[in-house]
Amino acid sequence: MAVLTFEKTLGAHPFFKDLLPIHLDTVVGCAANVVFPAGEFIFREDQPADRFFVVRHGKAAVEIFAPGRGPVTIDTVEEGEVLGWSWLFPPYMAHFDVRALTLVRALSLDGACLRAKCEKDPALGYELMKRFNQVVVQRLEATRMQLLDLYGNGRG
Amino acid sequence: MATAAVETADGPGRATDPLRPEPFVVKQVTKEAGDTFTLALVPAAGGRFRRFAPGQFNMLYVFGVGEVPISISGDPARPELLVHTIRAVGTTTRALQKLGKGDQVGVRGPFGTAWPVDEAHGQDVLIVAGGIGLAPLRPALYHVLLHRGLYGRVVLLYGARTPKDILYARELRDWRSRFDLDVEVTVDRATMEWQGAVGVVTKLVTRAPLDPASALAFICGPEVMIRFAAMALQGRGVPDRRLFVSMERNMKCAVGICGHCQFGRHFVCKDGPVFRYDAIHPFFGMREV
Amino acid sequence: MEPGDRAVIPASQLEPLIGALRQRGYTVVGPRPRDGAVVYDVLDGASDLPVGWTDLQAGGSYRLEKSDSPAYFGFRVGPHSWKQLLHPPTLTRWRARRDDGGFTIDDTEPAPPRYAFLGVRACELSAIRIQDRVFLGGPYVDASYRTRREGAFLVAVNCAEAGGTCFCASMKTGPRVGPGFDLALTELLDGGRHDFLLEVGTKEGAEVAGELRSRPAAEPDLAASEAASRHAEETMGRRLETEGLPELLCRRYEDPRWDEVARRCLACANCTMVCPTCFCATVEDVTDLRGQEAERRRRWDSCFTLDFSYVHGGSIRTSPGARYRQWITHKLATWHDQFGTSGCVGCGRCITWCPVGIDITEEARALQGLESQGG
Repeated sequence: MAVLTFEKTLGAHPFFKDLLPIHLDTVVGCAANVVFPAGEFIFREDQPADRFFVVRHGKAAVEIFAPGRGPVTIDTVEEGEVLGWSWLFPPYMAHFDVRALTLVRALSLDGACLRAKCEKDPALGYELMKRFNQVVVQRLEATRMQLLDLYGNGRG
Repeated sequence: MATAAVETADGPGRATDPLRPEPFVVKQVTKEAGDTFTLALVPAAGGRFRRFAPGQFNMLYVFGVGEVPISISGDPARPELLVHTIRAVGTTTRALQKLGKGDQVGVRGPFGTAWPVDEAHGQDVLIVAGGIGLAPLRPALYHVLLHRGLYGRVVLLYGARTPKDILYARELRDWRSRFDLDVEVTVDRATMEWQGAVGVVTKLVTRAPLDPASALAFICGPEVMIRFAAMALQGRGVPDRRLFVSMERNMKCAVGICGHCQFGRHFVCKDGPVFRYDAIHPFFGMREV
Repeated sequence: MEPGDRAVIPASQLEPLIGALRQRGYTVVGPRPRDGAVVYDVLDGASDLPVGWTDLQAGGSYRLEKSDSPAYFGFRVGPHSWKQLLHPPTLTRWRARRDDGGFTIDDTEPAPPRYAFLGVRACELSAIRIQDRVFLGGPYVDASYRTRREGAFLVAVNCAEAGGTCFCASMKTGPRVGPGFDLALTELLDGGRHDFLLEVGTKEGAEVAGELRSRPAAEPDLAASEAASRHAEETMGRRLETEGLPELLCRRYEDPRWDEVARRCLACANCTMVCPTCFCATVEDVTDLRGQEAERRRRWDSCFTLDFSYVHGGSIRTSPGARYRQWITHKLATWHDQFGTSGCVGCGRCITWCPVGIDITEEARALQGLESQGG
């Protein structure tokens, strides 16, 4: 029963849209439901982060702690979006703090489990890579715009 | 789109020469975020107030210092109070910042084209503002809210630098509490206290409730932000003829005869500042036009 | 006499012509030699004209030479144009003074002198008509320009020979003058005589002509006049192919040719100052030292200056290539969208007075050539 619910939930999430049912089935095997109360850390900088999350409800803040400035939020991730890509590359450690701003309900996907399945089924691996690349590219473009500090005092 | 108004003296009386500043008096000064402030002006004794259309601008003159183009950011239904939100970034704007209640300002205008609030009847209205770009859009929002029944869904997307830089914060909260208006605010970066979205305003565009076939989008902000917002809207399927942007160029005469504000074939002071995107699209992305 | 009449006056009638105009209250301005060029300045009499002088013009080069011809108008156009009288380089728009609480503005303008322009060439007459459209034809009418324009009396002159940088024939603005003159003169030196064919354009022109000693023009006079214009047409120093040019320029916005021009262009703004149609001007606010009195002035400006396109944070057109592109695209392309005609009259001044000899016709040709090569 629990597995069926996961499939429906995963399949409905924008990140996994149009994934082949057989691939969805494989991914589900690495999935678990998680809930983070508001204020709790989802990732900690320089800590093991061998999983990623598919956010179903709530908002999480990606933070960098700057000495003298405190934690600076540089991105927020909301429902429909994906959180965490450190599971893709060794040493599978988080580079940023991520904290739940509100209560966050998500599906957590185990990195080691997924990596093993991708090695066995490269077609699944390629599908996941394609989707992650798109997420990373979008975040990079947005970050570049934030870099311009358009509303700052210089040109803008 | 409203046609360029070269002079709009209200009521009977001598037609004003658009090259001659009329004396207005500062009624109220409001400090906004950072180096931004708002001046509310009334005509000097014996003067007449001027009607304006949302999106138009005035040339504000400080005696002996200089003159700058500033968008009107007040309510078009209450033209007796002429409101301008200004960033103090140069000699004249810093001189405007030093003005207090009772001080006199020279006003020429209103000039330029307006947000197509009439063309938007029966349509959804999506307002996308970045930074001080919210100021020239506020009159359009006032107008739409005053005639709310004529419009479909109304959405305001606003991006600011940090939570401290959010313009019209109190008003934004009031707007947010309305049931007939969607308001989403994002900042480029924030501290822990901020519970809202962090990221560029274009991210809000990709998530906004939007029917591309029946929405008109009004975009204002730094030119880079406009380009990316337009791209994001095009990505949602909104055609260029349903996008409107407000442009900024160096202005001196404001009546189309000094040549400074040219952008391709257009004079931004009289063919703009509000342009339909399909009229300027090929040139908008080109460098140094 | 009536508008449309054609008469012949001996060259000696130039003096009475100038006198008649001064009698009517005009300050007569025309060509005179000064500082090695033919400039426009006040004329006291016909002897002030550059009799026997001719000019040799080429890219970046202007030389006055004595010729053995007795012609009064044996030269082309110099660095000045009539825009300096109709659209003066500096103009005070209004004065303001502080009073209690604020300030008061006085925008009354003293009446400017009424000028008679003696020696308006075909290209210049076209340029005046073009500036009429800019200052009088839009939603905003420039009152200063209108006052000066309405007060001006135009005596046009048909060129008998074109100059080294002339291309009015390509722009269809000459060599024969079009409508808009009060009087038009064509210098006739055929067969050893020295006369002028006089054409009457307006009622006032007829009145002035009526005060001169003239006889009706005969067939040989008209033939000589036409021969002069034909000779001018055949001696054009430059050519410009205008067919499809506006669209072409708008297609070549990202052409590397602009970088090529940028390597040569000094952004000195000479071209915009000598161009008879360039109208860009800036607004200057000045104040006295005590801060009690202020003035707003209009001053000629140029799209070649870095400040021209300044918005807070920086200028839009920083590279010289982009500024040159702005100038030539405005002149030859977007002017059509804005005012219904080309902005160029083919007078060649920009070519002559460019210190490095950048040639508008050559730049256009380069872009046209690049496109036909599939570039």
